[in-house]
Formats: sequence, C-alpha cells, structure tokens
Amino acid sequence: MAAAVFFGCTFIAFGPAAALFLFTISRDPLRVIFLIAGAFFWLVSLLLASLVWFVTVQMSNKESSSQQKALLIFGVVLSVLLQELFRFAYYKLLKKANAGLLAISQEDTMPISVRQLAYVSGLGFGFMSGAFSVVNILSDSVGPGTVGIHGDSQHYFISSAFMTLAIILLHMFWGVVFFEACENQRWWSVGAVVFSHLLVSCLTFVNPQYEGSLIPTYLVLCVMAGWAFSCAGGSLRNLKLCLTCKDKDFLLANHRPR
Amino acid sequence: MNTSDSEEDACNERTALVQSESPSLPSYTRQTDPQHGTTEPKRVSEGPAAAAERDSGPVPDGEDEELTLKYGAKHVIMLFVPVTLCMVVVVATIKSVSFYTEKNGQQLIYTPFTEDTNSVGQRLLNSVLNTIIMISVIVVMTIFLVVLYKYRCYKFIHGWLILSSLMLLFWFSYMYLGEVFKTYNVAMDYPTVAMIIWNFGAVGMICIHWKGPLQLQQAYLIVISALMALVFIKYLPEWSAWVILGAISVYDLIAVLCPKGPLRMLVETAQERNEPIFPALIYSCKSAHPSSEVHHSEDVILEREEAEPEVQTHRGQNRSYSAEEELEEDRGVKLGLGDFIFYSVLVGKAAATGGDWNTTLACFVAILIGLCLTLLLLAIFKKALPALPISITFGLVFYFSTDNLVRPFMDNLAAHQYYI
Repeated sequence: MAAAVFFGCTFIAFGPAAALFLFTISRDPLRVIFLIAGAFFWLVSLLLASLVWFVTVQMSNKESSSQQKALLIFGVVLSVLLQELFRFAYYKLLKKANAGLLAISQEDTMPISVRQLAYVSGLGFGFMSGAFSVVNILSDSVGPGTVGIHGDSQHYFISSAFMTLAIILLHMFWGVVFFEACENQRWWSVGAVVFSHLLVSCLTFVNPQYEGSLIPTYLVLCVMAGWAFSCAGGSLRNLKLCLTCKDKDFLLANHRPR
Repeated sequence: MNTSDSEEDACNERTALVQSESPSLPSYTRQTDPQHGTTEPKRVSEGPAAAAERDSGPVPDGEDEELTLKYGAKHVIMLFVPVTLCMVVVVATIKSVSFYTEKNGQQLIYTPFTEDTNSVGQRLLNSVLNTIIMISVIVVMTIFLVVLYKYRCYKFIHGWLILSSLMLLFWFSYMYLGEVFKTYNVAMDYPTVAMIIWNFGAVGMICIHWKGPLQLQQAYLIVISALMALVFIKYLPEWSAWVILGAISVYDLIAVLCPKGPLRMLVETAQERNEPIFPALIYSCKSAHPSSEVHHSEDVILEREEAEPEVQTHRGQNRSYSAEEELEEDRGVKLGLGDFIFYSVLVGKAAATGGDWNTTLACFVAILIGLCLTLLLLAIFKKALPALPISITFGLVFYFSTDNLVRPFMDNLAAHQYYI
C-alpha cells in the first residue's frame, strides 16, 4: 500500500510536468538551462521569504499558537509576493541577456523566443515549487504509518498530490501570461497574475476542507489555461486545425505529410 | 584504518599525465593537430583545478559567436548529465545503504583530530586543524605531481595511477557491493561475487587506461567518482567535511589562477611541450560535430581514477586542416573527476544529515547553476578555470540557509497544508 500511494501520488503530482519536460524541453539544451535557472530564482525567492519569516518568529511569542499561525499566513503572502517579484526580475534578466546575445551574435533572430522563455521559466518555477511542496510528503508516504491517526484528514496524500499538480501547471501558465503582459506593458494583467496566485495560496488556508481549496484552484487553473493559450497565440481556429491534423505549419515543422 | 590510508594515498595520486604512455583511442581521436591545446592538467592529489583552454584559429567572428552559443549550451548540458548522474547515485546510496552514514569512530589519517569533544569551540578547532592537514597533504601531492611531470617521470605517474585505479575498481566496489547486499538482505556466494567484481574491475581498467567505448568510459568515471565521494562522506567527520569543502574551493581558485599556482604551472608546462595534459582523471564529453573533412583531434583519453581535487574544466577546440573555408569545431568540455567528487560529497552530505529532501534539492540546483556560471566564464575567458569555487560556494550557502531557514518554514506549511 505504501508503494502504491507513493507511486500514485508522485505520478499525479509530477506526471504532466514531466511529460512536458520530456517532450518539449529536454531536447533543447538552451531550454533546459533556462528551466534550471528559473528553478534557481524561485529558490532564492523562497530563501528570502523564509529568512523574513524566521526573523519574525524569533522575535515573536513562541507559545501563542494564534500568533504563530498569523505569522505563517504573513509568511505565505510575503512568499507569494516575492515569487512574483523574482519572476519579474527573471524576466528583466532574460531580456538583458537576450539583448546581449543578440548584439554579440549578429544574427537577426534570437536563439530562443520570449514566449519559449516564458513557458520554460514558468515551468522551472513550477517544478521547484511543486518539488519543495511535495517531496518530503512523498518520501514519508513510502514508510509505514496511518494517515490521519490523530483525527486529521485521511486524504492528506492524495490532496497534496492534486494540489501540487495544480500549482505546477499554474506556475507555467502564470509565467506565460506574465511575460506576455510585461512585453506589452499591460500591467493590469501582471496584477491579475499576482492576484490569482495570492488567491490560490490563500484558498489553501481552508485546508483540510479540500472542497474549499481544490475545486476553486482547479477553476482558476482552467481560466489561466485559457488565458495562457490565447497569450501564446492560440485560438479556436488554431486548435481545430491542430486537432484535425490540418495545421500546415505544424506539420511542416514536424516533417509529416498531409 | 589501514586500508583507508593506502586508499587515500592511492587516491591522492591520481594524475594521469601519461600522454606518452597511454595510447590514444584511435577510434575516437586522431591526433593530427599539434597546436591543439586542449590540456587539462589534472592534479590529482591537489586541489581541483578546472582548466579550460581554447585554441582559436581563424574563423569568421559572427559564425564563431553563434556556434559558441549553440555549442556552449550543448556543452553545459553534456556536463549537467554526468554530474547529475553522479549525484543521483550518491544520494540514492546514502538514502538506502546505511553503511555510508554510520559513524563508528573510524577516521582517515588525514583527519586525525576527533570531533567527539565536549565544547563547540574545541570541535571547531579540531575541524579547522583537520582541514589544514588535509589541504597540506593535497598541496604537497600536487607539487609532487608537478615536479614529477616537469622531470618527465611518466612511468612513475602511470604506475601510480594504475595502482589507484586497481584499488578503486576492485576494493571499493567490492565493499560497496557487499554493503548493498547487506542492506537488501540478498543471499550471495563468494564465487559469484568474485566473478562480478573481476569482470567489473577488469573492464574498468581496460576502458579507463586503454581503449573502450566512450559511453562505457564515461560510466566508469561516474561510478568511480561516486565511490570516492561515498568514502569521503563516510570517513570525514561532520564539521571537517564542510570546512574542507570550503577550503578546497579556495585552494582550487589559487592553484589554477595564480601565476605560481601548481595547477597553472602544470597546464603551462603541458602546453609548452604540446602534450595533452593528464588524460586521466578527467571526464570528457566529446562533442563530435562530424563533418567529412574535419579531423577531430580532440584528445580524449579517459583514464581516471579517483581523483582527489583536480578539477579541470577544459574546453578544447581543434581546428581541422581542411582545405575548405568552413571549419567545424570539435569541442569537448572536460571536467576533472575531483569536481565530480566534491559536488557529490556536498550533495551527499546534504542528503545524509537531516533526511530532508528540500535541502538536497536546493544544493543540487545550486551546484548546477554554479557549473553553468563557470562554463559561461569559460566561454568568456577561454582559459583554464577552477570549477569548484562558484558551485561549492552556492552549494554551501544554500545548504546552510535551506537547512536552517527554509526547512522550518516548509515544515510548518506542510503541517497545515498551506501552499505558496
């Protein structure tokens, strides 16, 4: 049972993201590097947020559990804001780097487009965020134990896995929308991304009432998916062409006859 | 422990400066270009030095830069994969085989001071003393190696290397296999083990010191680095290990970049003599960019035994003598095995102490980013560079901060199931 839970939750949490990585990113070395750099930026943002939280906890009253909970909530909000700040910082860094590379290489086109960078960096953020959220839980699920023996929810593992899946995909969509918004100076879109991130994180405060957190999170996921799809240049027409294998550009790019 | 003593000695002497002794691998390299200056001095016993060298010939600039970028990214990935594999092997072993995390008081002779003291100050002092002794041993070995190389004692070096490889491929892998069998309670008989170890070791010796398929050589080098890292994780005391990691990065920086640094002298001597430096103890990823007219004279001789610090990131670029305009470059980035070992020691120790996977992941990402930055610097400066300092610094910073700051935060979040 332990191995089943472990493998099941791992595949739920990381399956789609791993598939995305395998099929779209692993072949191109430049994308892999930017993915890992994205993960690094997320890590740095988490570090800063933890530092601030740690300092505030040291200064607070450790006995009072309500105060600790309030500090934790503050930590969550701060962490979300810092993550988005670092996403913006990564965007700026990538623009600078791309401009630099373009200047050096004297080529007309950049080796990697901003949209690809948006996707890859979003996925990098997602991977790291998901990994940090769920890896310890997964490693605990391998061992013996009884879930919810003290009255907690029995669905701890599976709900964590689903939440992680949602967060990883959301980070990817947020990345796409965010970069597109920064490119076109649409700051309200940026604000919407930050707001939806805050919304999803704050929804988790109602855990273990999973209906209150998982369902709205997945609704936000669907909305963001549609938004990211249209930001990346997709439309109903594209979708139809792609699904019926009539999209000539795609077929040409993949060397398939039509 | 007596065996560890000799193992350490053997390990420390890993420098394979046996260009003249060890034959090239004809199927992979054709040494046609005397001006190819890919050399990496490998200082086995001393600190790691990453040497990156690039021989440039005439080439149109724009094309050069475009190729630089494309191949640069490819080389970064070509180093990411083996480094990741080595770390994965070490972490998997640490998490499953408890032998490598048990401390039963045995220490190497290079770290004689015990850390079982009563006060924090005493413990710190002991670990610093241990570090000083270890680094001095490494410095002495490196200088010894450079002297041997300067006076062309190739046979001595070659013999030293072969002895080390033997020890590593047979003895350490036998120990490792034994511990894995004990952990999983596998019933095994001596004749089978003898056959397995004999085959493993013999093929390893051949691949590393003579000829063999490139991927098999690379696999053996990764396995050897992992075994060495595991030995370090087991026998180095807690605090000494961290201080040693820090000190060795500093030493690497000095040894490779200072004008009188031993590793730099090694590189320069090898260049003067137009010899490939220390083919052993270096992991090389050949990025063959095949073109029919191009001769790839990348010197890739993979002989590597446990490399103590001697890390070189080396990038050689060979120009072909083709009559045509276009020059295809065969670039291979080389990284010393000492780098692999110390990266894996850092990640392995992060995995061993605490049992928290977040810390391990954070160190892993930090090391990869450090490696990426080092390779970027390599592309800019085009000379031998130390591969340890940036990665180990990032790794240490992230280890301590994740362990002390991020872990309580994430644990609290996980307890309440809050997501950020």
